[in-house]
Amino acid sequence: MELNANTPGGPLDTKWERFRSEMKLVNPANKRKYTILMVGSGLAGAAGAASLAELGYEVECFCYQDSPRRAHSISAQGGINAAKNYQNDGDSVFRLFYDTVKGGDFRAREANVHRLAELSLAIIDQCVAQGVPFAREYGGVLANRSFGGAQVSRTFYARGQTGQQLLLGAYQALERQIGLGKVRMFARHEMLDLIVVDGRARGIVVRDMVTGLIESRLGDAVALATGGYGNVFYLSTNAKGCNATAIWRAYKRGAAFANPCYTQIHPTCIPVSGEHQSKLTLMSESLRNDGRVWVPKKQGDTRPPGQILEGERDYYLERKYPSFGNLSPRDISSRAAKEACDQGRGVGPGGRGVYLDFADAIKRLGEDAIRERYGNLFEMYERITDENPYKVPMRIYPAAHYTMGGLWVDYNLMSTLPGLHVLGEANFSDHGANRLGASALMQGLADGYFVIPYTIGHYLASNKLDKVGADHPEAKRTRDEVDARIASLLAIKGKRTTTAFHRELGKIMWDDCGMARNEAGLTRALGQIPALREEFWKNVNVMGAGNELNQSLEHAGRVADFLELGELICLDALERRESCGGHFREEYQTEDGEAKRDDADFCHVAAWEYKGPGAKPVRHVEPLVFESVHLATRSYK
Amino acid sequence: MKVTLHVWRQKNTASPGGFVTYPTDGISPEMSFLEMLDVVNERLIAKGEDPIAFDHDCREGICGACGMVINGSPHGPRKQTTACQLHMRSFSDGDEITLEPWRAAAFPVLRDLIVDRTAFDRIIAAGGFVSVPTGSAPDGNAILVPKDDAERSMDAAACIGCGACVAACPNASAMLFVSAKVSHLGLLPQGQAERHGRVLGMVAQMDAEAFGSCTNHGECEAACPKGIKLETIARLNRDYLVAAVGKRPRAAGAGSGSG
Repeated sequence: MELNANTPGGPLDTKWERFRSEMKLVNPANKRKYTILMVGSGLAGAAGAASLAELGYEVECFCYQDSPRRAHSISAQGGINAAKNYQNDGDSVFRLFYDTVKGGDFRAREANVHRLAELSLAIIDQCVAQGVPFAREYGGVLANRSFGGAQVSRTFYARGQTGQQLLLGAYQALERQIGLGKVRMFARHEMLDLIVVDGRARGIVVRDMVTGLIESRLGDAVALATGGYGNVFYLSTNAKGCNATAIWRAYKRGAAFANPCYTQIHPTCIPVSGEHQSKLTLMSESLRNDGRVWVPKKQGDTRPPGQILEGERDYYLERKYPSFGNLSPRDISSRAAKEACDQGRGVGPGGRGVYLDFADAIKRLGEDAIRERYGNLFEMYERITDENPYKVPMRIYPAAHYTMGGLWVDYNLMSTLPGLHVLGEANFSDHGANRLGASALMQGLADGYFVIPYTIGHYLASNKLDKVGADHPEAKRTRDEVDARIASLLAIKGKRTTTAFHRELGKIMWDDCGMARNEAGLTRALGQIPALREEFWKNVNVMGAGNELNQSLEHAGRVADFLELGELICLDALERRESCGGHFREEYQTEDGEAKRDDADFCHVAAWEYKGPGAKPVRHVEPLVFESVHLATRSYK
Repeated sequence: MKVTLHVWRQKNTASPGGFVTYPTDGISPEMSFLEMLDVVNERLIAKGEDPIAFDHDCREGICGACGMVINGSPHGPRKQTTACQLHMRSFSDGDEITLEPWRAAAFPVLRDLIVDRTAFDRIIAAGGFVSVPTGSAPDGNAILVPKDDAERSMDAAACIGCGACVAACPNASAMLFVSAKVSHLGLLPQGQAERHGRVLGMVAQMDAEAFGSCTNHGECEAACPKGIKLETIARLNRDYLVAAVGKRPRAAGAGSGSG
């Protein structure tokens, strides 16, 4: 397998311009002759489907939800970064690029990140024009706030519902194209496999989740914008339906999976309340603009927070990282919270929590100002915990949130499988080993609105593609395999529920491949996961039939894939013998407990190639070359 | 705590449905309402019975997927709270809880508590957008929006498209949903070019679906988990009247969505 990033030549800040000048174009009259299959309707998928349709391509778009408007991008709260420098505080495209590369602990591809920073400008313009109601100053100009890992104020936001508003903008653009007949929408359809013909991705097999009908959809190119795999941890901030099936099926059909061990544990989530817990709820990073994180200095201090005097509190982020303080990046803040709790200084039931305290900000700005900035988040917190955060500090704890790893893509967002493009969180490209806050929305929209419309055209214009129909033997064979897999899941009729297996897998992943990893734990997990998978295929109980609306079956198929993916994540974590960003190997740390990179041996992308059932996947390497930034030890002190 | 559930069970759109009673114990007040249903479903599967089908996804009150009528109220007893954000502490030990799907001709039941809400998508496709192709936008700060307008627009844009307004309305009208989008875009300078075409197109599509008419009951506002206000309906009516009175045949060569 060859990993050719296809990065255009020339100086970093001219590469994208150069690509656009030199790429091949499809004649406007010919665009309608091409069909593009877009899987997923979140920021990347909806933006991509709408933009491709505007250009004149025939687009089919698929989502598992009942409407494209419900994709999980909708839950993003805090904001979207753009190097507009509207605040006159020294921001620039280079600075956003640099912050993102540094935030990712120098494990992302320079050229991709620079393009992302360049495109951030146009994204804000596009979204404003669509009617996204961004926060405004009294003069009518756009407002900004700060986010982690940056010393400029470059985050645009719509209250605590930025993801919702950006997604509605993309969804409305998509619905406009559906109304015009340029996009055919398949809601409540789940992709279950990829059809590869003559080495190229030419179609997908989907299941109609209402009728159970299995169907092949063929086209000229396939784009996956299916999000991340955080639900491998069972408890995460992802929506319940988020899954890895589309990218996992593509991996098994030949697309390399890059850096699966790069998972992001978000520092500020509402702690687990009991065994029944079904998901975790994020409290936006933006809260750290005004909230101060602390734990008691004394171990086992169970007094209510109000009784712990100022001098008895440890504002550990401000103490350890004075220049970034409460706005230190996510990986660092999460590990610091874990460390405080491991020392027995955690708060709340079980001692797995730290305080996020707004008392000082309320004193300084007044309760109304805080309500205006974060009102909906405070309400959500109160609904879930029954505590009033205006009066008592929030209790928070890290939770699985985002996955930087994903299918390997080149500069054109094409995977190692020709014709298969991957957008947004589903690919690995821009965030390295740790994503900065407010960068996921930026990447999803950059990929969807401004990258894929160009690069997919370049692919179509550069290759001669014969028409392939649903009666092609490969399409039939893939469909038959999907049918057989569903039949075997339904035939097991074992004793345990899918949720029980999912929960057990999540516990293994969280304990041994979570915020801190080590060789012993990873080796243990690599023994436990295959055993659990084997038990799943013998003892899971999937109710109902294939030809009906069957949520039991949907969940079982997704968990079956997580049981394979979990193993690859642990394998990747084991082989990456360094600490970087969200991947913290306890064996590789500095004296003061910070991540210690090994640039000599691991300054590369690890891309895994599937070699068949039971065979060990092969680890390929794409070296990362840094020409414009100096490989530095990441410091936020 | 212990509760008794009466749940609407229906195999598919074509089959008749009915209530089935599930006495349920061992429930913690810390559980969310949907986590309580997860527990019930785990027990049903263990007994070899089909679990209760219900739509849900983000479980953070923002995706709009969940929705069921709980004891006669869409999303249940707590004001401005979606079913997924409702917690069992809002109920008492020994409560009887009745669960039904949204009841509306425009939202056919697909299974148990799941309904088909694609009519909402078709209404958006009929005009709920600003026609601005990718790449054709001016600089973000070239369009000044008074803060107050942006805030009011955001209030309306907060709609999650769950359909509780339709379920609450005695006429199963979709006016609150449609007016929220008309208001969101109509309050912004970006939405002015298509303001009249938008309201005519969306209302025509709403009428083409099987939604009822608005007779100002106000149940929708009370049920809305996001606090969308009735004044959005007043704005829709005003815009509709102006648009309908001033309606002219489309200028030759005009594209879609312009009025």
